[in-house]
Amino acid sequence: MSPWATIKVAIKALLRNKLRSLLTVLGIVIGVAAVIAMVAIGQGARNRVKGVFEAMGTNLLVVSPASQNTGGVRGGGGTASTLTFSDIDFIRNEASAVRWVAPQLQTKVQAAGDDQNWNTQVTGTTPEYFQIRSWAATSGQLFDDAADAGGAKVAVVGNTIVQQLYGGANPVGQTVRLGNVPFTIVGVLAVKGQSPMGQDYDDVIIIPSRTFRAKLQGGLGNFLRGSIYVSAVSADATALAESQVTEVLRAHHKLKDDEEDDFRVRNLAEFAEAQSQSTDTITTLLAAIAAVSLLVGGIGVMNIMLVSVVERTREIGIRMAVGARPIDLMVQFLAEALVLAALGGLIGLGVGALAASTLATKFGWAVVFPSDVAALAVLVSGGIGVTFGLYPAVKASRLDPITALRFEA
Amino acid sequence: MVAAAAIAPPAPAIGAASAPVIEIEDVTRVYHLGDVDVHALRGVSLRVERGESIAIMGASGSGKSTLMNLIGCLDRPTSGTYRLAGKDVSRLSASELARVRGERIGFVFQNFNLLARTSAVENVELPLLYAGVGGHERRTRAIAALEQVGLGSRLDHTPNQLSGGQQQRVAIARALVSQPEIVLADEPTGNLDSRTSVEVMAMMQALVAKGITVVLVTHEPDIAQYAARVLTLKDGKVVSDTRHEPVRAVLEPEVAS
Repeated sequence: MSPWATIKVAIKALLRNKLRSLLTVLGIVIGVAAVIAMVAIGQGARNRVKGVFEAMGTNLLVVSPASQNTGGVRGGGGTASTLTFSDIDFIRNEASAVRWVAPQLQTKVQAAGDDQNWNTQVTGTTPEYFQIRSWAATSGQLFDDAADAGGAKVAVVGNTIVQQLYGGANPVGQTVRLGNVPFTIVGVLAVKGQSPMGQDYDDVIIIPSRTFRAKLQGGLGNFLRGSIYVSAVSADATALAESQVTEVLRAHHKLKDDEEDDFRVRNLAEFAEAQSQSTDTITTLLAAIAAVSLLVGGIGVMNIMLVSVVERTREIGIRMAVGARPIDLMVQFLAEALVLAALGGLIGLGVGALAASTLATKFGWAVVFPSDVAALAVLVSGGIGVTFGLYPAVKASRLDPITALRFEA
Repeated sequence: MVAAAAIAPPAPAIGAASAPVIEIEDVTRVYHLGDVDVHALRGVSLRVERGESIAIMGASGSGKSTLMNLIGCLDRPTSGTYRLAGKDVSRLSASELARVRGERIGFVFQNFNLLARTSAVENVELPLLYAGVGGHERRTRAIAALEQVGLGSRLDHTPNQLSGGQQQRVAIARALVSQPEIVLADEPTGNLDSRTSVEVMAMMQALVAKGITVVLVTHEPDIAQYAARVLTLKDGKVVSDTRHEPVRAVLEPEVAS
C-alpha cells in the first residue's frame, strides 16, 4: 500500500470514531500548545530582561570611587574622590578588552524652557557615552568630541524633557537653562523607557563633560566626581575587561598589594547574563511542566489505540483474511497514531501561537513566538505518536487471523 | 431482487491437465492447549481439481474448521504438506501466507465479515488495496464485481443498510474481485433464510461454472448437495468422499412479491 493510501485508510478509521479521535487529539493539542506558550512567554521574559540591560549599556562595566575612610569613619560607596580624568585615558590605552570608555558626571538641576521648568538629572559626558549606551538621536544630532573639548554649551535631551518643557514639540535649536546657564538643544535622544528599578531613562539632559565641570561642578580639576562607564569589546570579554580595568587603576593609583581597591568595578554585563540565565531556567522549568502534559497526551494516544485494537479485532481478522500482512496492519495502526499525534501537534501549534499572542497583547508582554521550539514540538508530537502507537500496532500485527475472525466484540 | 442470472455465462474451465488446485498429503494439526494436545486433524489427504465444487461436512469437532483454515492459508499444518496450485504453502511465514491469501483465495463467511460503516464498494476494494492495485483500477474492478453479484446500484450502501442476502453478495464480490483460484465459503448460508440461501448457492455455482474452485464448509446436507463432491470428516479423519450430480440452485418464482 502506498503511504498516501495508508494515511487515507487511517483517517477513515479515525473518522469512524469522531468524538474519541477528537478527545485524543485534544490531549496532544494541550500538550503542544502548553509547551509553545510557555516557551514563548519565557523567551519574551528573557528578551525583556535583555532589553532592560541593553538600555543600560552594551557589555557594560561601571567604575565608581570606593568609600572614603577618614580616621575609621567610612563614608560609603562613591564618597571618595579617587577617580581622575587621567584614569579614563589609562583605561582606554592600556586595557585591551575595552572598546569605549566615558565619564558619567551627574547632578540634579532645575531646567527651564520657554515657559516651563522641570527638575531633572543632568549628565556630563563625552560622545563615547552614546556608543556605550547605544543611544541615538531621533531628531537633531549628538554632540561630538570637538564640542566636548571646546566646552560648548550644547545639550541633548531625553523624551521626558521634550514632553515636560516643550509639550512634545521638537526642541532642537531651543535654549534650555540649567541653573542659570543657557544651553542650546542640538538633539533629542531615542526613547529608552524605564530602568529595572523604575527610573525614567528619558528624564535626562546630556551635556559635554567639560562644560559640565566648568559650569555645574565649578572647576576643571583632574578629580572625577562621578563614575566611569566602560564597554568591553564583546559580551565574552567583560570579565577580562573587568580585571584589566582593575589592574590599570591599581597601577596608576599606586596601590600596594595589601591595599584595598580605592574604586569599585561593577560588571553589569555579568549581572545581565545572570538575569538571563535565571529567566532561561524558569523557561526550561515551564517547558518541562508543559512537556509532562504532552507526555500525558501521548499516553492518551496509546490508551485509545489499545482500545481500538481490541475493538477492531474482527476488522483486523478480515483484513488479514483478504491479504493484509502483519506489517500492513502494524503500519496502519501506527499511521492512525501518527495522524492523531501530528494533527494534535499542528492544532496545538496554532493554539499555542494564539495563546502567546493573546498574552502578548493583553498583558503587553514581549512574547516571542519560538519557531524552532514550534517545529520541535510538532516533531516531538509525531514522535510521540510513533512511540506510543508502536505497542498497540505491534499487538494488532501479531493477532492470529483465525482467532481475530472469530472474535466477538 | 436481481437473480443469479446476472452472473456472467460459464467460461471454459481452465486447463484440467495442470496441477490440482488443492493437494493435501497426510496433514495433521495439533493444538497445544495447556498440557493437553488436541489432535484436530489426524492425517487428511485431499486432491481438488480446478473448477471442482466440494462441500466439507462434519459435526462440530470433526476438524472441518481446521481443514478449512489450512486450505484458506490462515493456518499451517503441524505435519504433512499442502500444495496450492502446485506451490507448497505448508511452511510459509505469516506474511507469505497473507500474500497467498490475497492472490489466490477468496473468503465468504457465515457472518459476512464486512467492515462496518464502510461502503460496499470499499469493502470489495479491500483485497485489491493489499495487493497493491492502484486507486482507479481498484474502484473499477470493485464496481464490476458488485455488478456481477447484482449490487451495481448499491455501491455506497454500508452493511447496516443492506439485507443479510445483500451483505453476503457483497462478501462474494469481495471474494472474487481479486480473481482467486479458490473461493472458500464457511457456512455461507448459516445466517440466511432459505430463499436467500438458494440465491447465494446459485451464485456459488456460477463461480464454479467460471472455473473457480469452490470449497464449501457446512453441516447442512441441504447446502452440501449443491456441490458436486462431498467430503465428510469425523474425529479429524476423512470418513467419506463422494461425487454426485449437484442439485441446481434455482429460485422458485416468488409468490405475490
